Amino acid sequence: LGSQCDSHKMGLLSVVCVSLFFSSTFAVDRGNFKTCDQSAFCKRQRALKPGQSPYRALLETLELSDSRLTLQLINDNNKVHLLLELYRLQGNMTRVKINELKPLKPRFEVPDVLIAEPPTEPLSVLSKDDNGVVLSLGVKNQRLIVSARPFRLDIMQGPEVLLSLNSRGLLAFEHLRLHKDTTETKNKDGESDKEEVGLWEETFKSHTDTKPNGPTSISLDFSLPGVEHVYGIPEHADDLKLKTTDGGDPYRLYNLDVFQYELYNPMALYGSIPVMLAHNTQRTMGIFWLNAAETWVDISSNTTGKVRGSSENPQTDVRWISESGIIDVFIMLGPKPSDVFSQYASLTGTQSFPPLASLGYHQCRWNYNDQEDVKSVDQGFDQHDIPYDFIWLDIEHADGKRYFTWDPHKFPQPKEMLQGLMDKKRKMVAIVDPHIRVDSGYKIHNEITSKDFYVKNKDGRNYEGWCWPGNSGYPDFTKPEMRAWWASMFAYDQYEGSMENLFTWNDMNEPSVFNGPEVTMHKDALHGKWEHRDIHNIYGLYVQMATAEGQTRRSGGVERPFVLTRAFFAGSQRYGAVWTGDNAAEWDHLKISIPMCLSLGLVGVSFCGADVGGFFKNPSTELLVRWYQTGAYQPFFRAHAHLDTTRREPWLFGPENTALIREVIRQRYALLPYWYQLLYQAHKTGMPVMRPLWVDYPKDTATFTIDDEFLIGRDLLVHPVTEEGSRGVTAYLPGAGEVWYDVHTFQKHNGAQNLYIPVTLSSIPVFQRGGSIIPRKDRVRRSSTCMENDPYTLYVALSPKKFAEGELYIDDGHSFNYDTKKEFIHRSLTFANNALTSNNLCPNCNFLTSSWIEKVLILGASKPSKVLLKMDGKETPVDFEFDTSMSVLTLRKPGMNAGADWTLLLQ
Amino acid sequence: MTCVHLLLTLVFAVSLGTPVEIQGPRGVPLTSIQFYVENKPFTCLDGSRTIPFDRVNDDYCDCKDGSDEPGTAACPNGSFHCTNAGYRTMFIPSSRINDGICDCCDTTDEYNSGAKCENTCKELGRKEREVLQKMTEITKEGFLLKQHLIEEAKKGHQEKQIKVTDMQENKKQLDEKVEVLRTVKETAEQPEKEAKERHLKAWEEQKAAIRLEKDKAKMAEAFLELDDNADGFVSVSELQSHAELDADADGTLTETEAQGLMGGAEQVDMSTFESVWPNIKDKYHSEVSREEEPAPVETPPDEVKEPVVDNDSEPYPEDDISEEEDEDDEDEDDYHEDDDKVYHTENLSKNIEKELSFDFGPDAEFTYLYSQCYELTTGEYIYRLCPFNRVSQKPKYGGSETNLGTWGSWSGPENNKYLLMKYEHGTGCWQGPNRSTTVKLTCGKETVVTSTSEPSRCEYLMEFTTPAVCQEPANTDLSPHDHVEL
Repeated sequence: LGSQCDSHKMGLLSVVCVSLFFSSTFAVDRGNFKTCDQSAFCKRQRALKPGQSPYRALLETLELSDSRLTLQLINDNNKVHLLLELYRLQGNMTRVKINELKPLKPRFEVPDVLIAEPPTEPLSVLSKDDNGVVLSLGVKNQRLIVSARPFRLDIMQGPEVLLSLNSRGLLAFEHLRLHKDTTETKNKDGESDKEEVGLWEETFKSHTDTKPNGPTSISLDFSLPGVEHVYGIPEHADDLKLKTTDGGDPYRLYNLDVFQYELYNPMALYGSIPVMLAHNTQRTMGIFWLNAAETWVDISSNTTGKVRGSSENPQTDVRWISESGIIDVFIMLGPKPSDVFSQYASLTGTQSFPPLASLGYHQCRWNYNDQEDVKSVDQGFDQHDIPYDFIWLDIEHADGKRYFTWDPHKFPQPKEMLQGLMDKKRKMVAIVDPHIRVDSGYKIHNEITSKDFYVKNKDGRNYEGWCWPGNSGYPDFTKPEMRAWWASMFAYDQYEGSMENLFTWNDMNEPSVFNGPEVTMHKDALHGKWEHRDIHNIYGLYVQMATAEGQTRRSGGVERPFVLTRAFFAGSQRYGAVWTGDNAAEWDHLKISIPMCLSLGLVGVSFCGADVGGFFKNPSTELLVRWYQTGAYQPFFRAHAHLDTTRREPWLFGPENTALIREVIRQRYALLPYWYQLLYQAHKTGMPVMRPLWVDYPKDTATFTIDDEFLIGRDLLVHPVTEEGSRGVTAYLPGAGEVWYDVHTFQKHNGAQNLYIPVTLSSIPVFQRGGSIIPRKDRVRRSSTCMENDPYTLYVALSPKKFAEGELYIDDGHSFNYDTKKEFIHRSLTFANNALTSNNLCPNCNFLTSSWIEKVLILGASKPSKVLLKMDGKETPVDFEFDTSMSVLTLRKPGMNAGADWTLLLQ
Repeated sequence: MTCVHLLLTLVFAVSLGTPVEIQGPRGVPLTSIQFYVENKPFTCLDGSRTIPFDRVNDDYCDCKDGSDEPGTAACPNGSFHCTNAGYRTMFIPSSRINDGICDCCDTTDEYNSGAKCENTCKELGRKEREVLQKMTEITKEGFLLKQHLIEEAKKGHQEKQIKVTDMQENKKQLDEKVEVLRTVKETAEQPEKEAKERHLKAWEEQKAAIRLEKDKAKMAEAFLELDDNADGFVSVSELQSHAELDADADGTLTETEAQGLMGGAEQVDMSTFESVWPNIKDKYHSEVSREEEPAPVETPPDEVKEPVVDNDSEPYPEDDISEEEDEDDEDEDDYHEDDDKVYHTENLSKNIEKELSFDFGPDAEFTYLYSQCYELTTGEYIYRLCPFNRVSQKPKYGGSETNLGTWGSWSGPENNKYLLMKYEHGTGCWQGPNRSTTVKLTCGKETVVTSTSEPSRCEYLMEFTTPAVCQEPANTDLSPHDHVEL
């Protein structure tokens, strides 16, 4: 939902709105957000240029326990001691922690992101002398070298440096100090006032940040020899491959509600995941900078703008700067992309396994006005025979923006409405934002007040800011007791009018504060003993965490939650889905949805989507259709629209366009078994669902910068049409010696080529990899739940070697029983030697399905003389048809249960 | 007799012991049953291929047109026929077969899903017949009302034509007078006192003449007003509608009293009215300064949604009319009085001309809506529709009115554009479009706004019933659709 200011809340907010928006032109007002120069610590840190580091390792302080090495560092300029901790973590990772040896008071270390204390492996010293220490990292002669003067870390494999820390001398750790110290120093040295600016107080626009702790920022540089491509650190509306930041601002990570965000720049957006991936043909690595404060990331490269083939070894240098906290870095050493994903997953967890229905189509609008409106939109889908699973209610559904309530005039009978949806096996999402209306007649506000759960301002009083309801309080979600209480509010007897088919959307959880600095909370606000400065980027994660917990608890832990969030942090993937916020109905916004979701997928958040149609402004019909075609092939598929836009339900653009949209939504539903299986895989392994091509073709440099097409899992390649008036697209089909099949025509194409595909408005270029088997449910119903018992069709796409494999995953689609009771079916499907076989991948699992196999299509097949089904020791002939022109063999109604063991023999 | 459920398979039907006359595959309507012949190869209805009969309804899609699976969900484009005995037969997409949701009131779509459906056809049929009956009645009565409206409009139209002509004539005369007066006035402004006096005298004479003229005009107007049925005569009963003429001030103008005023006549024509006029002119209250008399609308008196006279939306332009307002000559008042009169007459005729220019439907059946307003009060707002003028919204508990659009055009579908009215260019929305309203007209006995909504921001939808859109009722048979009952 919208950003800070809009028409519907003039009145109370008009003063704020006027001050925030000077013009009505469509663009972010950059003046509302800081540049590095306007952020005192960033400016200070960036002023530091690469050179000799003032830090020295005091080797005599080295202590090595089984799994942990500690060592003091000293800054020769100010003699402040730091403590370095090194850990070798299971799964080929190294953790580097640097904190002050004796800080004046504790510095913030981010809790609740790591799923557990990461298990370690023994470190051993290989050699040690005056210059440093060499430690063994166990794997493949990997070594960690600690150099003493200046201090530096290098991770080596054989003779090769994989990654260096502080090699450019940009380690900078602003130690905690007393205010008078600095003042005295200044007076003594007579240093210019300039240096003082921003240390103990900082003003941006009309907001003053009091900074009672003074300067606390930290910085560290990383060098990546042999690396030209780095990815990740969402959220930015930018290309997949990160750009160098020389001469511009660094990429900024600071969760902000950016009104009408601009594309292709490093400005901060709603969420932050401080994880960067580095990739070359040999290796993929990751850097996870665990810090929740405002963070800036500089990237430079020695090959930028240079002609390739120069003798210089390419190298990318990265520098992280954060405003407070400690340095806590996880180096994920890969070497394969999938290794990095599982390494990161082992630290922060995997994508939550969502209810199957949430992979269907979501219909949202700010706002569906009332129950009657909801009913008629629901009926519209049936009248036009378009499936959907969720209808959404934005902020106007609540009584005066008091979340957990319903507007008594517009939604007088929420249960009746929800029951109506349930009767059609459909669901609803209602918004619950974290700003709480300050109103003594509002139960939620009163309870938070009486339990003293609100965030405090610097003076210790409840922090108040403006948001949708007007004056609002912000619950302190960093408090476990607060989160437990919040979760309890989702109980059916607490959240009046809620039912089991009502789910939740957390918006504005950056948090958005209309009258706060940069439209968010003051950094000197207090969360217990910690400043908002320390925890800012994790606030949104906590909101979603508590909400998801509430939804789980209301069913006694049986049902899986579904919660969508706008703000996020490392670990947010554990709690639900993410969308790319308030985009616009413009072609460039359609295009950017691909790299934005790809970047999120690389760092754990697979369940990602963008508002289909674009949130602000009215899309042209062509754009809307193209957006449906793109969104249907992205993990989270929701149409959404701003309050001020005209209606755009799928049937409002004439029968031809209705048919186009119906068709693509049906394609989505037919592929739900595949999507569900991919989400299961993401949940189990951390593999991204929507991925850049290089993830599966890591040695093919042609794939490294592609972000106008993508893979869904390993087996589907999608090149959406994102150009206005397009008559054709050029898709890159990867894989020398591989083949790809057009999923609509079954036409076979060779890999490792750029393929020109002529397109019309109905075209969605999608290809299935030769060598894969994809289960589909081609009977499309009015919702995913209605498809539960429907039969499967297997699409077997043969490789040139006449081989294919795939999986089939089935469970009840909504409960945790797959986890707690092993109630699921997981089968491998293999086609080899002219036989297609289904094998049980989980023999001790236990789930019964009434779904069966109605059809098998074998693409790239030759015509058999006979087809036999071998099952339960019996052989029965199976009817088949063969299409010579496309070499498609169709097996008619083999009929076996989807959970059974069977073999189909082609003779 | 038990009606035969065609949707039952043969085996099931036999097991019930029902005497089966006709069997067909599940989901096939009677009209197509001849294409599905037991044990004979089945040809897809599009002719694309022929399959053995045991592949009909075998839960596998063989025909591209879905015709081999009318009773299963196997084909993506199939349709399933429910007999719905007692109600209406229906086709549903075959994707709704056995999806756990009851679609056919006879429950036949959910034969294998475990959904517990109840046969609601009888109940639905009864309800539908009731609704149909009601609808038919409404349409019938509405159509009668419409005929009445058409007649009224016809008369009103002629009357207004006459009025316009009269007034144009009247205006012409007044214009001349004004011209004379202007001369008088201008002359009077000469510094020479003598000349002024001389002219003043002439002026007094002119004034008297004008007064007479004005009185005549008033009389003509009054005649037209009084002549409600526009038959060219003012009758006793027409005069009685003006209670203010009551001679004995008892509050009612009796027939006798009225007849007395008319010099004993039952009715008078225009020329005779000249003699009646002096009797009544002092008491007579003209309606012209108010509004056209509302057309009769059959609204129960206790209804909230009564038409309201729209005082704030009179279509009189309010431009500054005086060019000489700095003058403070004594002639000023007289002059202005007449100038106002000219202006007034001019406007009156302009208004009528404007009214005549509207498209009030093929038979002018929408004429009666002109200069009427209809209100609907919702939880927060009072909505007001003044057809051919504007739509507005006002907060119930105080606050200023918002214009939701002024009359634009008829914008219904090509075959009947009179089903939708479009009001455009209302108050602008912040960062959004100007407000606009679409009014959807449906047949009803009453003229009422039945609902309003704002489907899109600043785009309103209003539902409005009026007899004017009632179509001549077809000779519908109200009996249930029973052609499937055997």
